[in-house]
Order: sequence, then C-alpha cells, then structure tokens
Amino acid sequence: MDWLFFFESSIAGLATGAIYSLVALGFVIIYKATRVINFAIGEIMMISAYLFLTFAGILEWHPLIALPLAMLGGGLLGSVTEKLIIRPMLGESPISVVMVTIGLSSILVGAAQIIWGPGPRILPDFLPRAPIFIGELYVSSKIAYSALIAIGLLVCYLIYFRFSRGGVALRATASDQAAAFSMGISVPKVFNYAWFFGSMAAALAGVLVAASGGLSPYSGSMALSILVVVIFGGLDSLTGALVGGLLVGWLETMTGAFLGGEYKMLTIFTLLTFVLVLKPYGLFGTKEIERL
Amino acid sequence: METILEINNIEVVYNKAVQVLRGLSLTVPKGTIVALLGSNGAGKSTTLKAVSGLLDIEDGEVADGKITFKGRDVALDSPDKLVRRGLFHVMEGRHVFEDLTVEENLTAATYAKKGGAGARASFALVYEYFPRLKDRRKGLAGYLSGGEQQMLAVGRSLVAAPDLIMLDEPSLGLAPLLVEEIFEIIVRINREQGTSMLLVEQNAALALAVSSYGYIMENGKVVIDGTSDELMKNEDVQEFYLGASGDDGENRSYREIKHYKRRKRWLS
Repeated sequence: MDWLFFFESSIAGLATGAIYSLVALGFVIIYKATRVINFAIGEIMMISAYLFLTFAGILEWHPLIALPLAMLGGGLLGSVTEKLIIRPMLGESPISVVMVTIGLSSILVGAAQIIWGPGPRILPDFLPRAPIFIGELYVSSKIAYSALIAIGLLVCYLIYFRFSRGGVALRATASDQAAAFSMGISVPKVFNYAWFFGSMAAALAGVLVAASGGLSPYSGSMALSILVVVIFGGLDSLTGALVGGLLVGWLETMTGAFLGGEYKMLTIFTLLTFVLVLKPYGLFGTKEIERL
Repeated sequence: METILEINNIEVVYNKAVQVLRGLSLTVPKGTIVALLGSNGAGKSTTLKAVSGLLDIEDGEVADGKITFKGRDVALDSPDKLVRRGLFHVMEGRHVFEDLTVEENLTAATYAKKGGAGARASFALVYEYFPRLKDRRKGLAGYLSGGEQQMLAVGRSLVAAPDLIMLDEPSLGLAPLLVEEIFEIIVRINREQGTSMLLVEQNAALALAVSSYGYIMENGKVVIDGTSDELMKNEDVQEFYLGASGDDGENRSYREIKHYKRRKRWLS
C-alpha cells in the first residue's frame, strides 16, 4: 500500500470534512433551537458565494472585506427568512415547515438565476496558491487554507455555545421552550440568532466550497450530503456535526481514492444505515435523560 | 396594604373553544404568601399561566378581565419582559433544563435580571438556601433527584431576585420530608427577601399553614376565600381539602356527600 498516497488522501478528506462540519454545524444550530429542518441551507451557501463573487469579483473589493460581508449577508438572509417565513409557521406541523424551506430553496435558485445568470461562474482566487508540503506530503493549498478557515470558525462556535451566556440560552431553549420563556429568555430572539449564526456558518462554507469547486445556481444541492452528516452525528449535537463532518468527508475521499468515485455513495449510505441501526439518534444525538 | 398582583374577573379560553376560567379574581398583597387551592382541573395552573403570559404557547387566551402586576396590565408585556419586571413563574413539574448543568441552569435564569451583570453574586444566595445544589453544581440537572430538581427550580427564581414568585405545586411527587424542607425554605425566602408569593397547591394543609390568605377554586372560579386561619376552621374546607371526616369520626355516607355537592354548587 502506498502510505504517502494514503496520508495525502486522508488530509484532503479531513479538509473536505471540515467544510462539511461547518455546514452541518449551521444546520444543527438551527435545528437545535427551532426544531426546523432547514432544507434551504445549501441555497443559503450558494447565495452567499454569489455575494462574495459580487463583492470580490465584480466590485473588486479586498477578499478580507468581501468574505466577512458575504458571511454577514448569508446570516442576514437566514435571519430574514426566520422572521418572514418561519415564524408565522410556528406551531404548524413539521412537514409544512419542511415544505416551506424546500420551497424557499427553489425561490433562491430562481433568484440567483435572475440576478447572476444561469451559467457556472468561477470565484476570484483569494487563497494563497503555493502548494503546502508537510514533510513529503503534498496538500493542495486551496483545500488546506479553506479547511483552516473552516476550523477557525468551528472552534469559535463550539467555544461560544459551550461557555457563553448566549450559548446557555440556546441550549436552554432547545431543552425546554416554556421554561426558557419563564426564565426571561426571549425565545423568538434565540430563534432569530440561531438562524443568523447557523446561516453565517453555512455562508462561509458556501464561499469555501465555491472557491475550489466553482459556482452555479445549482451548487446548493451539495447540501443534501450534509443531511447525511447531521443524521450521522445526531441532529441536535454540535459535537456530532463536527465529528460526523470529518468522518464523512474522510470516508468519501478515501473511497474515491481507493475504490473509485462510483462507490462513494455506497460506502457512506452503508455506514449511515449501520449507525442508525445501532444508534437511532445518531452518534451524539440526545436521548432523553433517564433518571435512575 | 399595597397589592402587587391583582387578577380581576378573568376568563380564559383554550383553542378558542374550551373555557377554563370563568370570572376569577384574586389579590396578592405585597410581601405576603397567598395560597390558591383546588382539585385537579380547577384551573389553578391556568391562572398562573394567564398571569405570566405563558398561555400563548398553549393556544390559550385571556378572553375577558384584567391582570395587573405592580400597577401595569400584564397584557402589555411579553413573557420575557414580565420576568424582567419582577414576576417569576416556577412551573409545575419543575421544568429544569435537563441537559444543562446545575450552574448553567442558574446562568439561564440570569436572563430574568435586567443587565444580568451582578448575577454571579446571587448564585451564592441560591447555594446558601440550597447547599445541596452547590455540591452538584457541575452535574447535569437531569440526573438530580426530584427534590433537588424542585430546589433548582426554586433556586432559579432566586437568581432573578423577583418581587413576586408564583409557585406551581412545589410538592408535586416529592416525599413528605422533602416537601417540608422545601416549604420551610419558601417561607424563609418570603421572610428574608421580602418576596411576595402566590402558591398553588394540592396539599391544602401545608399551603394554608404557610400562607396568610387563601383562595379555593373549583371549575374555573373562586368558591371560598379568606384568611388561612378562617379557611382552616371552615367545615367544608376541612372535609374536602384537609381530609377531615365528619364530627363524629365516622365516614359520611355517599348520599350526604352528594347532598353537599349540590349545596356547594348552588352557593357558588
């Protein structure tokens, strides 16, 4: 076995996985707080990538300004979505809410086509291009830097939700809404923040994915594989999103490298089936606490 | 005496169809403990939810009447704002955040304070009243015993330093000794912090022992009210809520109870 190739593929896989983790995190934050499965998250990624294209490519602003602006734009898109579309649906059946997010994703695809045109676009290069060598291992610079940026935001989020007061408010709302209300926590505000921060994570991931893979109004469909990640890790677990993303990213790349691209889906869904049989709530999903 | 909470003739309807409260009125004077008693389904919890604004979540609505807290209509404020004005509702069944630690539960309650900055200091107050919580402050609240969870629920209200605490059945599902312990602390909080309390209970004897005034409700309205001493001496209350049997010590026959029920309805 070619160990060099193995390690190179592993690193590439984990790097892809870090971006999966980021999208999954966005997904999980929204689900945890609001119990809404957000099928439009891929389209939020796509729109944010187009925003970056507009700021950095068309207006030619510096990427260090364009990237935060694109993330902010994605976050605001999420926040507005929550306020205008999701909040009126509060208390309706979960299926209706899911349908609304699916509808929203088509609207966003249409909007992107109208504004930016239907053809594929290429983002301006903003990541350093020199290849990176770790010892003898070669890592594509784009992948390595995107992974580092993604991991940076992931760490910020995990620390924030673990230790800050705002994180406590989010987890309290997830645990018991009525009690959170009675505690003076403004639940609608928590919902809105969750959509904002969740979409912002997705926005960064969207730009990073488009930076190496190109961009079209249909790019958002990649988020469907994120659904695998979150089911894998547990719908409501931030740790699950992180681990699930890395694992699925790694496995996908390794399968592609050693067995061939056509086996990717097969391996991942086989593993997903096994995990769900053994742990129906995903690897880290909450089960109800049983007192002894 | 200054009143802190005044409920005036309210009617509450769930799902625009089911009427639960029919013209309920009560008053909580400042600094006192008032007991609200009644059997299952009388509308006690609904009354508290109507005050704290948690009815909305359950599709309930105050259809008529008015509730004023510290001189301001509660309908004007959202539930979280009411909490910050000093009205804390300790819900029935404890409702601790099970997958948060004890300390995080208390941190969540700091949202009930304005600013929330001085919150650290008042954790000490919570631990002073409930030393047991201090020992378990890093543990998940879900793994606490029922009594400890109730202590945590009351403890969270202390963090907020409210003017009025509404307690919904703090004795629910607890061993008698624990119930006594919790009630002692409730009385202490009332005395030492000057917090007014509206106490909903099934355990009428205990509730009347700690309160100064009591209301007994049935079918969505108050049927008897009076000072706790008066209520404890009242024959009907003794028989139906304090569990005393007839004067001669024998069990009353079914016929007499039915007769009593007819009389009671007619009176109310």
